[in-house]
Amino acid sequence: MKKFTKTLTCVIAASAFATVAVADEDAKLIINDELKIETNVAASADSPLDELFSGWVFRSNETQLMQMDDFDNPSFIFVEQAEEQFAKVDGTEGKACATCHEDVASFKGLRTVLPRHNASTGKLDTMATLINDCRTDRMGAEPWKFSKGKMTSMKALISLQSRGMPMNVAVDGGAAEAFEKGKELYYTRVGQLDMSCANCHEDNYGNMIRADHLSQGQTNGFPTYRLKNAKLNSIQGRFKGCMKNIRATPYKEGSDEFTALELYVASRGNGLIVESPSVRN
Amino acid sequence: MLLRSLVAVTAALISTSALAEGTAPDAVAFGEDGQVMASLTNVAGDPAAGKKYFTNRKLGNCLACHVNDDASEQSFHGEVGPELNGAGSRWDEAQLRGLVVNSKKTFEDSIMPSFYRAKNGARTMEKFAGKTILSAQQVEDVVAYLITLKEE
Repeated sequence: MKKFTKTLTCVIAASAFATVAVADEDAKLIINDELKIETNVAASADSPLDELFSGWVFRSNETQLMQMDDFDNPSFIFVEQAEEQFAKVDGTEGKACATCHEDVASFKGLRTVLPRHNASTGKLDTMATLINDCRTDRMGAEPWKFSKGKMTSMKALISLQSRGMPMNVAVDGGAAEAFEKGKELYYTRVGQLDMSCANCHEDNYGNMIRADHLSQGQTNGFPTYRLKNAKLNSIQGRFKGCMKNIRATPYKEGSDEFTALELYVASRGNGLIVESPSVRN
Repeated sequence: MLLRSLVAVTAALISTSALAEGTAPDAVAFGEDGQVMASLTNVAGDPAAGKKYFTNRKLGNCLACHVNDDASEQSFHGEVGPELNGAGSRWDEAQLRGLVVNSKKTFEDSIMPSFYRAKNGARTMEKFAGKTILSAQQVEDVVAYLITLKEE
């Protein structure tokens, strides 16, 4: 907590300008008065970070509160839509998701291990590719576009089943190559502003960048409802936004690059607790 | 009437920028410690304009990363870089120019963008490709502004 404490002191010193509410260091994330979520956990020995922080700790008190009750969390409007979709027959095979997956709760734990290497395709599966494989191969339905409403809502519903469980993606074996590729992308400076992910999210988390409080860029809360665009946002959709901010041409969602980066970033948060669907600014 | 004066102002701006196009980004000469001795334009910088670029999110946006009491009318000051209060006493003009043009010549691996460099990072968006973040005169204006930030 040392670095974060230092930052807070810094913020207080600069409080003449910083009118933004700074997250209370001692704030605890408890959802619906029953699910306690640890937002600050120890990093593994080989982690480049001293300790891991959920993005929740860097948000204002108001934003934090919205995530503490599912009635106040706007993500749940989309989760409900996904529940309806889950039961709805779609495609030439006359099937709904629920035809094979009777109870969505059977997906408990899936969110914690994705992206995951698939030995038969030799590629990484993400939740988006798994959903689309089901739609095209089993249901005979059209695949959904990455980051469009139906896809992100379904991801929120499936991810919710793992809420409270620690992230635990594998980076060895078949995933090793993608892990290395993702790591390289993470540390590569891009765009006219010439920055890497690490410049902000490893070297400067906890610091303010103008009106925004930089987080560690962890993925444990995705899909996340952002107050900024009032919708659910996917991990790779957020990567795209970051790259545009630094005036770089983003990779495509679902590309090998972004999927490798998603794996690498997820691995940096192994041990952090799944909060999906979270609320951020 | 308003339109005509706007046209006149615009024409004046264009002719000023044509005159003040300045040293090409790849022709800027750096000293051993990353300083740039020569003005990029030989037109004196305008501190008031420099302050505007300093706070403008589409231009310098220096405030995104640096605290600056002189711009206390602006709500949000970043904390990524060092505070700039008194920067004009700690650095001389050549050093400040070098830092704005390309801070990596002074501080290797700095997170700070290079505001006047020919070569951008990989995958730079097409609309920014080959362009500098600030023009030569805008750099001079920002430097002229930074010099005014004296220790109290």
